Amino acid sequence: MAEDREIMRELWDGRVPVTFTLAEEEIDSEQPDPVYLMVPRITYFPLVTEKITKHFTKYISEENQGEVWLEFEGQPLKWHYPVGVLYDLYNSDSSLPWRISVHFQEFPEDELLHCGSKDVVESHFISTIKEADSLKHRGQVINGMQKKDHKQLWNGLIHDRFEQFWSVNKKLMESSGDDMFKYIPFRIYMVDKHYVQSLFRPMTDEGQHYTLKDLLKASVPEFFNSDDIFTMHAVIHGVEPPLHTPILWLSEHFSFPDNFLHICVLSTDSKGYI
Amino acid sequence: MKKKKWAVDRNKRISWIGEFIKKYLKVDAKDSLFLYVNQSFAPAPDTLVGTVFDCFGSDGKLVLHYCRTQAWG
Repeated sequence: MAEDREIMRELWDGRVPVTFTLAEEEIDSEQPDPVYLMVPRITYFPLVTEKITKHFTKYISEENQGEVWLEFEGQPLKWHYPVGVLYDLYNSDSSLPWRISVHFQEFPEDELLHCGSKDVVESHFISTIKEADSLKHRGQVINGMQKKDHKQLWNGLIHDRFEQFWSVNKKLMESSGDDMFKYIPFRIYMVDKHYVQSLFRPMTDEGQHYTLKDLLKASVPEFFNSDDIFTMHAVIHGVEPPLHTPILWLSEHFSFPDNFLHICVLSTDSKGYI
Repeated sequence: MKKKKWAVDRNKRISWIGEFIKKYLKVDAKDSLFLYVNQSFAPAPDTLVGTVFDCFGSDGKLVLHYCRTQAWG
């Protein structure tokens, strides 16, 4: 694996420009200046919003300072989805910068998970990698690692160190011989629905590679017309990979740092995506 | 738990099971409780039970381990 290193590097470096503003209904007196930030697609919002929270809390009274949460056009944003997934899923008209409202009141309990600290993000991140490895290697690779390897994956992500991350991640992405992925860790997201996740093998019993189209057909058959044409757009990291791309190659190269392929299925095309 | 097998609606979230166990064990709702699959990872609380079952169930059952403190990093 990992011969197409430039691609992984490109994906790692993907950013979306975001404007954070304090939600209008939460402004006490004066409207604080917005904050502009280039946010990595592969990260999680709580890892980049610390300074933003600090900035806005200066403008609101103490009794109104509840747990911070983010919203885009009425849609609360789940902190435990990677930023790039949220952007692809919700910013459908691709207007830039992405305008996100910051809230400190009326936390939407039904829609969002609480995030008390970065430790919560870390356990979610490592747990997702473990789930992915359960699918790929029955969990044998991740469970065979030491705590310091897990730390290295996490530190690689939060400090934006590609080499550090991949020196451990390459073991998890090993897919040759006995280490061949048993199943592909993937999730398919659609607006207003729960994501779809199921067991999907990388190859047929005869050793023929399944493609992205095969995966979509198995998971969201409702989006294929009678001519077997996929009528939606499958977007990963803001790009639409050709549907004939082998799913194993995508899993190895297009997975997020949490080792899952996060695929957004959208009705609009991906023109204007970053 | 005395009764170990339960039928749970596919569309319930993992967090629902967590709350159910807390009630059953008469644990304070504010106390933490962790649920694990394969004694390895903790699915996000908003994951649908049906999804976890489809991927990690076997013999028509999904086995979850619960504990009051974080067990498997």
